[in-house]
Amino acid sequence: MTQMVEIEPPVPSAAVTRRPRSVTGSSRGQSRTAAWMILPAGVLILVFVLVPIALTFGLAFTDAKLISPTGPRFIGVENFSRLFDDPVFWKSLRNTVIFAAVIVPVQAGLALGLALLVNVKMHGVTFFRTMYFLPVVTSMVVISLLWQFMYQQDGLINAVLARIGITGPDWLGNKDTALLAIIVMSIWQAVGFHMVIWLSGLQTIPGELYEAADLDGVSNRQKFLYVTWPGLRQTATFILVTITIAAFALFTQVQVMTQGGPLDSTSTVVFQAFRAGYTQQQTGYAAAIALVFFALVLAVNLIQRYLTREKDA
Amino acid sequence: MSASATTSTGDVAAPAPHAVVPARANRSHRGPSTGRLVWRWVVRIALTLVFALPLLFMFVSSLKPDTQIFGDLTSVRAFLPVGDISLDNYTGVFGRVPFWRFLANSVVIAVATVVLGLIVNSMCAFALARLRFRGRSLALGVIIATLIVPFETLALPLLWWVNLLPYYDGSTGWLDTYEVQIIPFVANAFSIYLFYQYFASIPKELDEAATVDGAGRFTIYRKIVMPLAGPAIATVAILTFLPAWNQYLWPLMVVQSEELRPVMVGIDYFKQLNTSWGQIMSYASLITIPVLVLFVCFQRSFINSIASSGVKG
Amino acid sequence: MVSTQLKRLTAVSVATGLALSLAACGKGSSTDSGGEDASGATVLKMWTHNAGNDAELAAIQGVVDDYNASQSTYKVEVQAFPQDSYNTSVTSAASSGSLPCILDIDGPNVPNWAWAGYLAPLNGLEDRAADFLPSVQGVWNDELYSLGYYDVALAFLARTSALEAAGVRIPTADDPWTKDEFAAALEAIKASGQFDNVLDMQTGNTGEWWPYAYSPQLQSFGGDLIDRENYESADGVLNGPEAVEWATWFRSLVTDEYMPLKSGQDPAQDFFNGKTALLWTGSWSAAPAAESDIADDVTFLPPVDFGAGAKIGGGSWQWGVSATCSDMDGALDYMTFAMQDEYVASIAEATGTIPATDGAAAMVDGYGEGGKYDIFRVFSKNFAELRPVTPGYPFIATTFTKAAQDILNGADPQATLDQAVKDIDANQKSNDNFAPTS
Repeated sequence: MTQMVEIEPPVPSAAVTRRPRSVTGSSRGQSRTAAWMILPAGVLILVFVLVPIALTFGLAFTDAKLISPTGPRFIGVENFSRLFDDPVFWKSLRNTVIFAAVIVPVQAGLALGLALLVNVKMHGVTFFRTMYFLPVVTSMVVISLLWQFMYQQDGLINAVLARIGITGPDWLGNKDTALLAIIVMSIWQAVGFHMVIWLSGLQTIPGELYEAADLDGVSNRQKFLYVTWPGLRQTATFILVTITIAAFALFTQVQVMTQGGPLDSTSTVVFQAFRAGYTQQQTGYAAAIALVFFALVLAVNLIQRYLTREKDA
Repeated sequence: MSASATTSTGDVAAPAPHAVVPARANRSHRGPSTGRLVWRWVVRIALTLVFALPLLFMFVSSLKPDTQIFGDLTSVRAFLPVGDISLDNYTGVFGRVPFWRFLANSVVIAVATVVLGLIVNSMCAFALARLRFRGRSLALGVIIATLIVPFETLALPLLWWVNLLPYYDGSTGWLDTYEVQIIPFVANAFSIYLFYQYFASIPKELDEAATVDGAGRFTIYRKIVMPLAGPAIATVAILTFLPAWNQYLWPLMVVQSEELRPVMVGIDYFKQLNTSWGQIMSYASLITIPVLVLFVCFQRSFINSIASSGVKG
Repeated sequence: MVSTQLKRLTAVSVATGLALSLAACGKGSSTDSGGEDASGATVLKMWTHNAGNDAELAAIQGVVDDYNASQSTYKVEVQAFPQDSYNTSVTSAASSGSLPCILDIDGPNVPNWAWAGYLAPLNGLEDRAADFLPSVQGVWNDELYSLGYYDVALAFLARTSALEAAGVRIPTADDPWTKDEFAAALEAIKASGQFDNVLDMQTGNTGEWWPYAYSPQLQSFGGDLIDRENYESADGVLNGPEAVEWATWFRSLVTDEYMPLKSGQDPAQDFFNGKTALLWTGSWSAAPAAESDIADDVTFLPPVDFGAGAKIGGGSWQWGVSATCSDMDGALDYMTFAMQDEYVASIAEATGTIPATDGAAAMVDGYGEGGKYDIFRVFSKNFAELRPVTPGYPFIATTFTKAAQDILNGADPQATLDQAVKDIDANQKSNDNFAPTS
């Protein structure tokens, strides 16, 4: 397992021109092999993801109810016009965007800091990696329960703050702090995971670059800016994309801790869809919210793709 | 998203996929000053407290009666096993919930999801990454696009839909089975994406050499590519295991028999009119401990495998 | 080395696959509403919400065992669910057509279920039902759909010493506090400075608690959730001057610092730990209160009369029969058997709740005339008001919950209630005001 192949393989199209006959044959074979290798995953995704998405599309234009003696009736875009008139939707959208806008840079940045802190070859450092990773392997339902205790008016966090003379608010009960409280907890839970991803990126940076930098006698800061950071660009893209997707899907914490309150300050689009669909039994309306959500996240992803690609050029 | 995944494959910096890259740290010949080293240790230890304390609170509270959990909430005693300490809550849990049955169910569900997921997703990713066929980028794009769909928005249509699917014993509907808790989660866009990234970075010359030796595409997948994919396999296994273990909403909707329920549903057994927080803490500890033990035992390979799986942009 | 790992992994996979196929043969036992067991008895499936409540579950199991032993035509099989997620489980089952024959339902949801066609009328039990408290009878559209063994009653749990020290009158069921007396009591207890919270109304609770606990206060002010004349509109009752007065009062509890905006994780524990003087809770707190360290210093007080009479919510868990049950005769036979006084008594006793019939109350310790729990039966008889009997209730309940939460957090009362009325009216209208379909 030690042999290394440093060179990228030749461009496949070159091979095509060189050996047209055999490749045509193998290409047909490849298609067949590819077809049945993709088949299991393809069928499963079709049945359990794409069909429900298609159903969501259909339901969004009906007045389907979770519990009702009558079947769904087609009502055109009524669900959508109602949604765009719904002040809770705009608040949920705003909260979702704020959550993502804070989580993406802060969590990515803190994770990078942690990664740098534990990216040393030293006895005991695996212990710290392990500790920072603990929340990642713990269920979000359990974590939300635990933090509810800590966020209480007379909970642990305020007890600590009181030591340094600050009277903390009722974190989850105050409309100005509830979203912040959920953001902090969410970062605490997930930052260990992205720390590990950054570590993976850090370890692909060739050590020779650092040695060369040392010979030139550059400072640590310069080393980070000119060696480390450029080497992490692809990792950064991956982290950007995964945190963004996870941030938009914010749900469990809200469901367990605040139910969207106080005053809708923690309501998110996914939470609103859930509330409409399950609690209020309005399946059709929930489907419309889900559909708008898909469009939104897709748009954000396309924008991110566009921005990161431009830097590539 | 899809296209960024496709285009980035060409310029993946080809980390040696089969070698677990050792942490290349402390490259600096001039080490940081002693003061800075001490400071870093202080930060590491402080962060350890931040990440570990909420879980410590859970374990410690599981040993206390409810009145004391709330009495201790405002002081450091919340983290200390002091006062009226006993295993009564655990006795209560075993009396109230068929814990071992739930645990066995979750093991079956999580392990089956992981194992089937590894096979199905790696095959699919292999075909996408290393075979040439028409519709490849479309298939990749569709699969990757499903990454953005949070499960909560699809659960209702999926519930309705799995109830219409034929079951292998000839009846209709998958409700109240193990399969309904496993099969919908086997094919996973994120897993395919991770395998895809990893496979794309394995030099194609290996395939070509094998093809010359007469090996078929599937043999290449099975005998050459998969044996090199240890880190990716471990990463996908971990990232599939955690959500499978933590399933909560879906089992509530589709499982009716107590003998098929997974562990997370058990949390609800303790939230009655008179909630027993001590028992909730005990139960949460009981379902968290197996994962933590697994994690601590394998933590080196656990983190290293994510770190070296070439998870990148 | 890696390939050895892979071999091992493959071995593990195969082993798991085998184990799985063995373990996963077939569906769980609860999918069909019934069937036949080995001895030829018709199996009737039964679902209940108390998987986490050993005492109640054991009592239910006792009824079922007695029934199964009493005859050989039918065999009832119990499947228990945890209460916290029971509605999710059962609504899912209902919408996918896999309800059992017999099940329990939270009272206010019965009209919704009956309207949707999930429940069958309890034909033949009407006469027996007349012996039950009105609040435990699930009647919609002049048909009886459900019956409950028990009711629970809301009450204030108070520290006797705090009331005495503050010099306030201790109210009785015949003479509850008035709005002004209540305000004076809160102020006097607050002035003593002994408690972190003078009042705790458990505002951290979720779900049905909000309409159950707070809509009776709205009714006591003279408002309501919907106009019960025809159940078509909430206009004028949920956003009239009385409702706004209620909303203003509700918010003032927070701004006057009598009550925390959001209760702690467990308000009952806070009360037992001496942080709270008055806790808005219910009869289910009687047992924990009696076992607590401050058992000698607690008392239960009736609800406040805010002008239109003192009110508490009525209706708890009730039993019904699903319309898809394959053997309706069997299900009704069980229901008739299970609703005997003997069983009403055993279940009420196990759960520490109010027995629903006079006959049963006489059998349960503490619920006889002047017994230690009799006060809850009196509260229930004097003050209980049903939540609106309309299939639109689940929507009304969640809409009211959100409005009340927003008001408590400082939203404008009139505007918030107007919006709630608009939503409720739209929902009633979009369902043709829940006219019976058959």
